[in-house]
Amino acid sequence: MSTNSGSPAGLSDTVLTVDNLTVDFPTPDGAVHAVRGVSYRLNPGEVLGIVGESGSGKSVTSMAVMGLLPKTAKVSGSVRFRDRELLGLSDNEMKTLRGNKIAMIFQDPMTSLNPVYKVGHQLAEAVLAHHDIPKAKARARAIELLEMVDIPQPDRRVDQYPHEFSGGMRQRVVIAIAMANNPDVIIADEPTTALDVTVQAQVLDSLRAAQRETGAAMVLITHDLGVVAGQADRVLVMYAGKPVEIGGVDDIYYNPRMPYTLGLLGSLPRLDQREAGRLTPIQGSPPSLVNLPLGCPFTPRCPLAQDVCETREPDLEPVDADEAGPDGHRSACHFKDRVARHRPADLFDETSADAELPGDFGSDSTGEEQAEPHGPTDVRSVNTDFGTESDRDEQL
Amino acid sequence: MPELPREDPEPTEITPSAGSERQYPEREFTVKARTQTQLVLRRFLQHRLAVVSVFVLLAVILLAFVGGPLWKYSYTDITPDNSVPPSGNHPFGTDNLGYDEFARVLRGTQRSLEIAFSVAVLATAIGTVWGAVAGYYRGWLDSLMMRIADLFLTIPILAAGALLSHHFQTAGWWALALVIAGLAWPAVARIVRGQTLSLREKEYVEAARSMGAKDGRIIFRHILPNVIGQIIVVVTIQIAFAILLESSLSYLGFGVQPPDTSLGALISNAQSALQGGLWWLFYFPGIFIILISLSVNFIGDGLRDAFDPSQQRVRA
Amino acid sequence: MLAFALRRLLVSIPVFILSTFLVFLLVTWGADPLAQLEAKNPPPSQAVINQLADQLYINHSIPARYWHWFSQLFFHGNWGPSVQSGTDIGQLLSTSLTLTARLVIVATILAVILAIIAGVVSATRQYSKTDYTITLIGFLFLSLPVFWFAILLKQAVVNMNNSLNWYWLSTYGANTPGLTGWSAFSDAIGHLVLPTIVLAMSSYASWSRFQRASMLDVLGSDYMRLARAKGLSRRQVMIRHGLRTALIPLTTQVALDTAAILGGAVLTESVFGWQGMGTMLVNGINAGDFNVILAWLTVSAIIVIVFNLIADLLYGVLDPRIRHA
Repeated sequence: MSTNSGSPAGLSDTVLTVDNLTVDFPTPDGAVHAVRGVSYRLNPGEVLGIVGESGSGKSVTSMAVMGLLPKTAKVSGSVRFRDRELLGLSDNEMKTLRGNKIAMIFQDPMTSLNPVYKVGHQLAEAVLAHHDIPKAKARARAIELLEMVDIPQPDRRVDQYPHEFSGGMRQRVVIAIAMANNPDVIIADEPTTALDVTVQAQVLDSLRAAQRETGAAMVLITHDLGVVAGQADRVLVMYAGKPVEIGGVDDIYYNPRMPYTLGLLGSLPRLDQREAGRLTPIQGSPPSLVNLPLGCPFTPRCPLAQDVCETREPDLEPVDADEAGPDGHRSACHFKDRVARHRPADLFDETSADAELPGDFGSDSTGEEQAEPHGPTDVRSVNTDFGTESDRDEQL
Repeated sequence: MPELPREDPEPTEITPSAGSERQYPEREFTVKARTQTQLVLRRFLQHRLAVVSVFVLLAVILLAFVGGPLWKYSYTDITPDNSVPPSGNHPFGTDNLGYDEFARVLRGTQRSLEIAFSVAVLATAIGTVWGAVAGYYRGWLDSLMMRIADLFLTIPILAAGALLSHHFQTAGWWALALVIAGLAWPAVARIVRGQTLSLREKEYVEAARSMGAKDGRIIFRHILPNVIGQIIVVVTIQIAFAILLESSLSYLGFGVQPPDTSLGALISNAQSALQGGLWWLFYFPGIFIILISLSVNFIGDGLRDAFDPSQQRVRA
Repeated sequence: MLAFALRRLLVSIPVFILSTFLVFLLVTWGADPLAQLEAKNPPPSQAVINQLADQLYINHSIPARYWHWFSQLFFHGNWGPSVQSGTDIGQLLSTSLTLTARLVIVATILAVILAIIAGVVSATRQYSKTDYTITLIGFLFLSLPVFWFAILLKQAVVNMNNSLNWYWLSTYGANTPGLTGWSAFSDAIGHLVLPTIVLAMSSYASWSRFQRASMLDVLGSDYMRLARAKGLSRRQVMIRHGLRTALIPLTTQVALDTAAILGGAVLTESVFGWQGMGTMLVNGINAGDFNVILAWLTVSAIIVIVFNLIADLLYGVLDPRIRHA
């Protein structure tokens, strides 16, 4: 799909607007700030990819949109469907939107369907929840839906139980359930993560078909940048409950302006690159969301970190004046200009992960790499060499 | 909590190029990492009833085993007071023969606890090994062992216990404990087998097997330690179960025999006393049974929450 | 489904036969009718003892004795002689069983209904005051000796009856002899209430905990979330998806507890003076009545196996995964 980052979509066209959404969960250790101010707009027919590590708040964000978070969750901010504010709606009011205007697809197809009901029943249930039609008609619709997601022999399959379906087929049934009422928005939460790589493509096809048939806009949540690249128009990158970069898919892939995005790209295998570069992992792990300190939460893992990163958390701002529009490329980094000059391998150490392995495991790797004294602390020290790429090249 | 004095960082003069080596605060670990034991303990301590129950149970145990021998009357002493209600001299009153009910209840508690703990330990030990072996080897051995265990479930334990303990009455309380344990272990075996079946497929068991670990080692070093949570919970269930079963058998006349006594036997004797207005003979042993089994049940519940907190969350 | 039912039925037959053998072993081990006879004062003559030994087929090897008993029972419908004079075991069994069945069935149904309601309410309002109250009551009954509660209840009702001078709620026996028609029925109900409450509460305690746990399990499941995402209301999701699925484990649990219910019935009957299975067992053991005890345990094994069979079939109906497996 092509990028439409510059599309002149007016505000009234926007189907879903999330504005400064925050979600806190109280725990014995203190409140977990799962989502800390997420904002995005979804234009009709558009696919927005939300990318981030597990625990970055991407799933919680979408559950908040659906109004399906547990009662203990504290949600604030704003979620608007077209011009209607969803936060604060009663469950009965939300019920008329759920599955009807906004549908959701969950991660694990093996557990998403109730094992004791026939597939057709579970499809028809979605239709009957919003349409007062005879059961026979709902069943006909169920068969039609199964056909749309390429389930073979839908008239026979409709009377089978979920355990008679494979994982990929079950996920397509879940997609069919999401399509049932021609929603305006489909939220797909890691729709392919639990599946074999071989069936992922089929499920993505069905997802695309669902979007085409219904004309819905889609929020595609994943930690797989590869999936996003093929499907999304725009991409939102999340880290520690906050968006750190948003922009058209090409902007994100070819001109990332946040070191975290750059790191994610570096850990993605690329077939289109001429030189077979090594993958570059991001060292460390995301911070706990309980007592986040001041400053940018990516600082401990960031090769560009400076003192200012410790004290002030950067806002999501247009990367330059040209991108100031509502769908423009924005990033949350004090040094968004400097990021532009780097490739992942420049900033993130390729070999530090290998170096942590016990010596006898790396016996087949070259002595060169073993000799490198890069521990986790060295990743940080890279920032002192900042800008002297020639030095780094010599080392490698 | 008081901060432990930390070792000072290295003196500044050794630090090279102080400008480039910035001090990073411990930002990733603001919530301290906890060991498994600490986590379990912490979650257990959050279950207030369970914590209270630990103290109640300890108090009852102490009272029975230490207080009993120290009390001025022995459970065999016949005092000159017949059927007197609770007073300073006889906190739980006396029965129609002049026995001090407090001494009797302490003695009964002691017996009931001894039986219950022996049953729990024995039944859990047999059931754990039986279940782990069946679950680990699967196949025909599993089928055979579990069918045998299932056979026991077709027999009401109370009936079989009554039959056998009646037969072994002269042998003493430990025979009663043996009989109950011999009938109660299959319930434990079922639980442990279920856990073993799923654990034996885990990667670390696979890894141990691929490194040539013997079956016995895998069962006892890799599988059972990971079932320990469930086993501890099962022990508490068994204790509560045995307390009630012992008292039921004694109530029917098949349990602990005079001159010895147990809480169930005391209630059995007090049945007619309640109609005659001697309420203290009925309530005190009953309350002790409830105290013990209620606190054991709460402790078990707290432990289950602590070992498996999955049931504490609800999503939608 | 039919094949599934037949398969389960066939599996139960060897289980039953093995179970009777285990029961037989237990009784030969636990009951010694000759010892009881010998202990009598004055001691009976050797001839009398020999006669009884002959009658009971007691001086043979255990397999021979077992086969003798088994073939008598299943080919001739004969439960064997009792050592208690004037006792016909078949007759005793049928009168005791009808009486106890009334109690057990009503109490079990009551306990299941209460447990489902309590479990569901508790789970859907987890950590609310209602949940804590229900949980506390559950724990209390879990920790209460059945007979102690029974005696307490009985005494309370005796006092109440005396003060109200109204004796419909009976505290002793299963019925008043000599009544007919409506008054006999009403009388029977009046006798049934207290034992039923006692027996029901003893099962209710563990089942409500169990139902709460399995309901919580289901509440956290992905398909509940998807059902909500379809636009179903909380109540619809709870009943159609939650309760329907969470009931499946309870059927198994109830069947597994059949033996425990029978044990509870023994205690309940003992307190309320019912001449049912409980009395039959206690008298049988006290008299060392080999064949009576054997008959009792055999019948209870049949009941347990039949209930487990029913639960298995019900499980098949409720859970399609089992049916197709």
